[in-house]
Amino acid sequence: MRKFITGNHAVAEAVKLCRPDVVAAYPITPQTPIYEQLSDWDSTGELGGTMVKVESEHSAMATCLSASLTGVRTFTATSSQGLAFMHEMLHFAAGARTAVVMAVVNRSLAAPYGFWSDQTDSLSQRDTGWLQLYCENNQESLDTTIQAFKIAEELMLPVMVMLEANFISHFMEPTEVPEPAQVDEWLQPPKLPRRFDLANPGFSNGVVTAKQYRDFRRLSSDAMEHALSVVERVDKDFGRTFGRSYGLVEAVDCEGAELILVTTATITSTARVALANLRSRGMKVGLCKLRLFRPFPVAALRSVLDNAPRVAVLERNISLGREGIFCSEIKAALVNSPGHPKIQGYLAGIGGTDVNQHSIEWVLQDAFSREVFMDQPIWVDDAAAEGGYNA
Amino acid sequence: MRSDISQDVLRAGHAACPGCAYPMGMRMVLKTLGLRTVVVVVPSCAAIIAGPFPNTSLGVPSFHSAFEIAAPTAAGISAALKRQGVDDVTVLAFAGDGGTFDIGLQALSGAADRNEDFIYVCLDNEGYMNTGVQVSSSTPQYSWTGTTPSGNTRHKKQIMEIMAAHRIPYAATASIAFPEDLMAKVEKAKGMRGTRFIHLLAPCVTGWKIAPDEAPLVSRLSVESNVFPLYEIFDGLRYEINHQPKRIPVERYLVLQGRFSHISAEQTEAIQTETDRAWAELCSREMRSRQLYEGSKGTAARVSGD
Ligand SMILES: Cc1ncc(C[n+]2csc(CCOP(=O)(O)OP(=O)(O)O)c2C)c(N)n1
Ligand code: SF4
Ligand SMILES: [Mg+2]
Repeated sequence: MRKFITGNHAVAEAVKLCRPDVVAAYPITPQTPIYEQLSDWDSTGELGGTMVKVESEHSAMATCLSASLTGVRTFTATSSQGLAFMHEMLHFAAGARTAVVMAVVNRSLAAPYGFWSDQTDSLSQRDTGWLQLYCENNQESLDTTIQAFKIAEELMLPVMVMLEANFISHFMEPTEVPEPAQVDEWLQPPKLPRRFDLANPGFSNGVVTAKQYRDFRRLSSDAMEHALSVVERVDKDFGRTFGRSYGLVEAVDCEGAELILVTTATITSTARVALANLRSRGMKVGLCKLRLFRPFPVAALRSVLDNAPRVAVLERNISLGREGIFCSEIKAALVNSPGHPKIQGYLAGIGGTDVNQHSIEWVLQDAFSREVFMDQPIWVDDAAAEGGYNA
Repeated sequence: MRSDISQDVLRAGHAACPGCAYPMGMRMVLKTLGLRTVVVVVPSCAAIIAGPFPNTSLGVPSFHSAFEIAAPTAAGISAALKRQGVDDVTVLAFAGDGGTFDIGLQALSGAADRNEDFIYVCLDNEGYMNTGVQVSSSTPQYSWTGTTPSGNTRHKKQIMEIMAAHRIPYAATASIAFPEDLMAKVEKAKGMRGTRFIHLLAPCVTGWKIAPDEAPLVSRLSVESNVFPLYEIFDGLRYEINHQPKRIPVERYLVLQGRFSHISAEQTEAIQTETDRAWAELCSREMRSRQLYEGSKGTAARVSGD
């Protein structure tokens, strides 16, 4: 059924469709509407599972991860400070090989306090062992949440689904909400191991030796590598049933392009418009949308970017003291490319500032004509957003 | 107490220091709860006792969770088991005083507020022992620890009053020196639903600087001197004292412990005064609550909300 809903509502719809057994959550702007919507459905009995209204995000993750160990389907959602507060538990959930699914509404981290979109919160959780998927719009947020349960439960690894503050969380878009029966058919109840078997008792997560630790890490690392094919297969399979799929990366007009712009999340939608405009004026530019961040889809990215002479990475996050986090990752992924594309990083939309068609056109023009590629990122400023490159 | 090892859920071969009160307490608790139990341990000496991977001393399914989340871990398992239709399994959390009074207090408070269904046993050895004896908010006044080299300046936090303030159905103190009392309390808790809290004083041979065969004696003296009275609180309202102590001077309790070896006569006197005051207050609470809340028997009757 087509509904005109916010991104938060779309995620909540997805969660309800997936019939979670245990949901634990805590309020934080701009995630709160997910928590409220699920609580509404909990009170009417539509959610079905057990809703645990915890006293902190830290306990939300503790509750979800321990519930997941019993073999049930679990979900939570958070943002920003809440995600940072969970940090210890994120490592724990991944290390214990749980299948928790979490929606993260990307929001800037204090200090100073802000309420707008910024991806540094989830990107700071890069090394926790969670899969990370970044969504472009409401529909993709809904679809990716459904996919996340299947991926997490097959791999026994937790999955984060990112949607941006306001641009997705609070903006309304027509969104296709699948029929419950269709989702039931596509997503079977979880077949996770039940770690607390009274007939066969064991002690889970005992203290290990250095060598045992290394071996467990190796297993998790192998699972992460395997995850690339699982995410791809699940997405294709989803497409066959629901008619929508997204890939690990998406390439638009990249064949023979002299410049490829790499984006994630909502900036991609605006970039599609900017790109079409510049192409109509004869510029050979392509667009590469990165959807999966962990595991990092090196091969998929290289197949798009290897032969481009120039790459521009435009992003809404920063690792202070270096550059945009996606840019560093992309540079590292292309280090063995035979052609070695020149790569320039651009920062736009930090703190939730607007990234419009003009600012993206400015970036494309700059990267297209630039003689020197710099190691440091270029901050796209308001002048670019107002006038575009030729103004 | 009958000692039939084959019936023990905590098996031999655990890694506690010789003479430690922890395994004694854990053994009594687990023996009472039996095999339909899932155990959560968190970083503390209990986790060491539970065993290094892939070995374990625990004969029931168990999980080593993170330090400050014994309560929400137990809550998550409990909720998930119920969701799967498993309704006859007790979920038990073992946490130290550091994991309970300090870093885990918020999470415990949240779970107790929601009256989550589990038994929480705080193994109180009055300090961070697993990390080598540092002060916690459970460490008694004047006691030596590695971070209070000239004696602790703070009072021991009153965790039972904090738990009572949550109006949980059942909270009780217990001692390894009173096994029948301890096991009766665990049995009683097992028959209830909601958050049940047992505060078990567990003398630490290493941190308290006592002889390896003295943990039961020191435990007995803690009760008989009124330093650690045995009582129950039903629904956070009705107090019931379980043992009329011999009221021996606190000095006899303190003198056995190297951690108090430096204290002055005035400090001993101050501990005696505080112990007498706390006992008088407990007695008056019991009397008052008997009159006011006669019916309260751990029926999880919450005063507000549910
Ligand atoms: C977040 C966090 N901080 C610190 C530690 C280190 N740590 C592990 S056990 C422990 C002491 C535990 O003290 P207590 O809870 O009293 O249990 P005991 O060791 O005395 O049995 C500490 C500080 C940890 N594991 N996690
Ligand atoms: S340090 Fe203390 S509490 Fe820990 S095992 Fe040794 S005696 Fe027991
Ligand atoms: Mg302790």
